[in-house]
Amino acid sequence: MVSVLNLVMHFIMVLAMPPLLLGVINRTKAVFAGRTGASFFQSYFDLAKLFRKESVFSSTTTWVFRAGPVVGLATAVVAASMIPLTTAAPPISFAGDLILLAYLFGLGRFFTASAALDTGSPFEGMGSAREVTFACLAEPAFFLGLLVLARLSGSLSLANMFDGALAQHWKTAGPSLALVVGSWFIVLLAENCRIPFDDPNTHLELTMIHEVMVLDHSGPALGMIIYGAALKLFIFGALIVRVAIPAATGNFVLDGGIVAGGLVLVAVMIGVVESVMARLRLVHVPNLLAAAGLISAFGLVLLVR
Amino acid sequence: MSERLVLVSITLLALSGVPGLFLSRRSNTSQWLATLLTMAGAGFGLTGVGAFFAGGGVGAGATQAPGFSQPIRLPWAVPGGEFYVALDGLSAFFLVPILLISSLGSIYGLAYWKQTDHPNNGCKLRLFFGIVAAAMALVAISRNTVLFLAAWEIMALAAFFLVTTEDTENTVCEAGWIYLAATHVAALFLFALFALLRAMTGSFSLTILPDDISPGLMSAVFLLALVGFGLKAGIMPLHIWLPGAHASAPSHVSALMSGVIIKMGIYGILRITSLVPHPPLWWGVTLLALGVLSGILGVAFAIGQHDLKRLLAYHSIENIGIIILGIGLALLGRTMGRDDWMILGMAGGLLHVWNHSLFKGLLFLGAGSVIHATGTRAIDQLGGLAKTMPRTALCFLIGAVAICGLPPLNGFVSEFLIYLGLFRTLGLPQGPSLTAAAFAVPALAFIGTLAVACFVKVFGTVFLGTGRATVHAHSHESPRAMIGPMVVLAACCCLIGFVPILAVPILGQAISTWALGIPRAGAELADLVPFGWITAVALILIAGLIGGGMVLRLLLRGRTTTAATWSCGYLAPTPRIQYTSSSFAQMLVQLFGWFLRPKTQAPCIHEIFPQPAAFHSEVPDTVLDEAVLPAIRSAGGLASRLRVLQQGSIQTYLLYIFAVLLILLMFR
Repeated sequence: MVSVLNLVMHFIMVLAMPPLLLGVINRTKAVFAGRTGASFFQSYFDLAKLFRKESVFSSTTTWVFRAGPVVGLATAVVAASMIPLTTAAPPISFAGDLILLAYLFGLGRFFTASAALDTGSPFEGMGSAREVTFACLAEPAFFLGLLVLARLSGSLSLANMFDGALAQHWKTAGPSLALVVGSWFIVLLAENCRIPFDDPNTHLELTMIHEVMVLDHSGPALGMIIYGAALKLFIFGALIVRVAIPAATGNFVLDGGIVAGGLVLVAVMIGVVESVMARLRLVHVPNLLAAAGLISAFGLVLLVR
Repeated sequence: MSERLVLVSITLLALSGVPGLFLSRRSNTSQWLATLLTMAGAGFGLTGVGAFFAGGGVGAGATQAPGFSQPIRLPWAVPGGEFYVALDGLSAFFLVPILLISSLGSIYGLAYWKQTDHPNNGCKLRLFFGIVAAAMALVAISRNTVLFLAAWEIMALAAFFLVTTEDTENTVCEAGWIYLAATHVAALFLFALFALLRAMTGSFSLTILPDDISPGLMSAVFLLALVGFGLKAGIMPLHIWLPGAHASAPSHVSALMSGVIIKMGIYGILRITSLVPHPPLWWGVTLLALGVLSGILGVAFAIGQHDLKRLLAYHSIENIGIIILGIGLALLGRTMGRDDWMILGMAGGLLHVWNHSLFKGLLFLGAGSVIHATGTRAIDQLGGLAKTMPRTALCFLIGAVAICGLPPLNGFVSEFLIYLGLFRTLGLPQGPSLTAAAFAVPALAFIGTLAVACFVKVFGTVFLGTGRATVHAHSHESPRAMIGPMVVLAACCCLIGFVPILAVPILGQAISTWALGIPRAGAELADLVPFGWITAVALILIAGLIGGGMVLRLLLRGRTTTAATWSCGYLAPTPRIQYTSSSFAQMLVQLFGWFLRPKTQAPCIHEIFPQPAAFHSEVPDTVLDEAVLPAIRSAGGLASRLRVLQQGSIQTYLLYIFAVLLILLMFR
């Protein structure tokens, strides 16, 4: 009974919450800019509107262009069912699921980037090239963080990594975990194309990454992309929250609430970063990502010295 | 019995091209005959291998061969030689891709290299194609080192004639000569290796080395094997011959070379390491380091290429790196007495051998279709081929997703196994740990994402967007004889990706052969890896994709408009404004610029109204151009002083021979 409830709650949270995070980020930025800002739920309205609209497809495109949004969303949904939101095991959980998680995003990236090239537009080529390039540098940082957690927990499944013992590990290996949280936050900003890597609100196609890659998508296809991207933000955010706040009361409603609160906090932090920082020049982006990798690597070195 | 079937298969393969020599050069009869013989040979061979695996024959050591396998030993007049062949888990494992890819390649060749289109070299190509396949199979089953070397040399030389099929072109001949030089250097190391083994064991058979050998000699064995077989496998920095040779050969030959021939180097390394009961620690560490180096630099070079087949060739170096990574982990496991590392590393490496021959074979055949349709392999001249060649595009896409190691295809499974093993070196849960190995994990992740970048570039530039040059006017879908083999390979990629448990018993037998003392490796492997979950997630993913596609279709029903691509207000977009493979790769090439040393020719603009200008960039092979060739040139200068000995008269040479024989007789 509990496990069924748990499953239901997992999917409700995973499927319903992502657009809220976008709303929180935008509201935070509005507050910083001295504006009232849109409703927290604006992203839901935007998505609903997109799903009602028609799509325009370029005459140069093939089925790959339509497959891009579908693969992006499907991989994100499968990945979301692997994230342990509470101490209970997520729907999909096995030894080595962390590797599958990273590779699912790789599959999504392959198809969204290919879809961009299908349009034959130079701008989308730029976005696609940048997206895959920066992902190359973010991925090792993510895996180094996973190594730290695997070493601490002695397990290869996400569910065991984030079980009750994590709170103990904070006492014995706090610095390592703190470094992982820091590194993963940078990875989150890069993978989800936020400032300082990319500016989701810019209007200059030449400087964009993710937004320019999806420039030609419209209507329901664009809705799928935005929703999939929000889901990805949710997944990375949830992983960071679970490392940073190792609360395990055992009551899954309470634990779920803590994670939801933590996610809102992460969204506020992203909003703050976007408000106080400028976008990096593209040539400096690799340096920051390499730094994220090194931070995680130091975390691992601290642990195994 | 299995051995006999494989010998029949080898005979048929070796003879497959012979009837063509006596038939008309202007008719297609000879090619049909050759393909039939190849298919029959592959059929016999695969039956033998299948019977061997079904019999559960492990064949640990050559003397006791359980199940269906009976070693064949016949006297052979060559000094030290004996016609001694036997099947065991390892040789049977390698026979599968040898037979599969050569028969599919032969079918593909029916349409790709039609006798009537290539009357001058068609016969030659098919003759040596069959000989290479037969020689590889003989290498895999020979247990006598002299026989092994003979088969090895036949394989290497026949492959030279395959590379130089179009020997009227300069670039082809150049690539052929570099290959020939490299393969002979490799053979030199192997002669030394087998002589050393003979001195150690007292026999020319491949037998397990005694325990009391000095560490120095053991190191010599390992290093000789590593260089000799590594040159064939194309481990960075020994890969210098590989890109040129694979790019110059006809595409189905490239598929065979890249998919199978370079794997014989891996087979050699595995065979030699299987003879050593207690490998020292540094062997495994060296292989891990070489694997990471080959993997990262191989894919980095690939990203910089503009030639479709050269790019695929560099990816072979990357994948050999991943295989070597798995073998290194397995060796570490053997040294440290950790069976789980050994099983996972070995299973990952071996499965990647199969997987790579499947998806690389598929990709080279796909590249062949593109060349067949457009007549060029310059990526930057292609584009939009998915519209005129939809089936080729789909097959190539499957190969591309598989080679990137993405779920739900086969590349993911083998990389997953290696990841699992590497994560275990963290010393889980406690105990002695060799954490250095864990740093191969982020390296493997890096390799994977770089491969994604590279194949998005290739697939996007070649098959998507709009055509960049006039070559597309004639582009057409390939005939069935070319599509068929690609579909078979793509289906195999999907099968291993969705139901990897099918390969586990076979992997288990191969691992048990390599790692003495683990008779039930297959069962242990099935316990270590959640194969059921891999299948489940693959199915869930496919269900999600189909569901998502149906939702999108429902949402879009009757509400789509077709228009031109939005170019941000630019009114006259032409195919030339598209991102090219060079521009796509530019940031990554810059990132690796310290090693790749890209050569660019950028126009320098001085005037207010500049003339039309062109930008050109390329990534040549740094190791070949900046290390090997200069070294050889200076060595050539030194060697020219020895020319006094070369008088060019037969009498002098006979005198030399006589003198050498006399000296040898004195020391007898």
